[in-house]
Amino acid sequence: MPDPMRIRAQAAGDKTTVRVLMSHEMETGLRKDAAGKTIPAWFIQEVTAQLNGKPVFAAEWGPSVSKNPFLQFVVKGAKAGDKIAITWRDNKGETRTDEATVS
Amino acid sequence: MRATAHTPNVEDIKETTMLTRRTALTRSAQVALMLGGLGLLPRTALAAYPAAAFEAKNVADLMKALGAGAPVESKDVTVTAPDIAENGAVVPVGAATALPGAKRLLILVEKNPSVLSAAFDVSEFVEPSFTTRVKMGQSSNVIAVALMSDGKVLYAQKEVKVTLGGCGG
Repeated sequence: MPDPMRIRAQAAGDKTTVRVLMSHEMETGLRKDAAGKTIPAWFIQEVTAQLNGKPVFAAEWGPSVSKNPFLQFVVKGAKAGDKIAITWRDNKGETRTDEATVS
Repeated sequence: MRATAHTPNVEDIKETTMLTRRTALTRSAQVALMLGGLGLLPRTALAAYPAAAFEAKNVADLMKALGAGAPVESKDVTVTAPDIAENGAVVPVGAATALPGAKRLLILVEKNPSVLSAAFDVSEFVEPSFTTRVKMGQSSNVIAVALMSDGKVLYAQKEVKVTLGGCGG
């Protein structure tokens, strides 16, 4: 099971800034290990966000997003106390969802 | 009469169980085949993931993979990136647009092995402004592309110098 994400969602007026720090290797598939063998690609392909269970955001990533990816986006119309859930899925089909409360 | 016809005797039960067993066997073969088909399902589900776009080696190929037209430079699209990145493994970049009607924002690194780094879908619930961190192999232009719902493709770019070795200066 991958490590949990760190999610911070701060409301200012009707706009909520969501910052997410995920824990993932984000291997490009281009690097070689000490023995000269290519390390297979392993990266997050899809990231989605839900506000109180309603999908609000989606992104597709390639392997060139940095290791332990950071993501920031702004949700409209969220209030303090609302739930923001972030889900990612990597190219191995592994997935993780974490939730945070808007403050 | 009808009632007796519907009451199964032992012989009938045997017959039905055997039949069920036989059908069950054939069914299991079918199920196995179906499961084999299911193995492909995740791949079909991935159809939403634009794999071809992420494999594009240059901007022209990328636009072709996305079925988009030639990008036009626009001051209404903003790219946020440092002038000098000390560590090419972690370069903070952002893409934003002031225009309404953006469908998708892309972050491109021109000289990376694959140009497309990230694609963000704009919905009515989020601002068309996203930030993330990308890896850069060498100094290159970072490009923010906005795919508009009217089919226009707008971009803004910025050169980022990567100091390899992470020693700064």
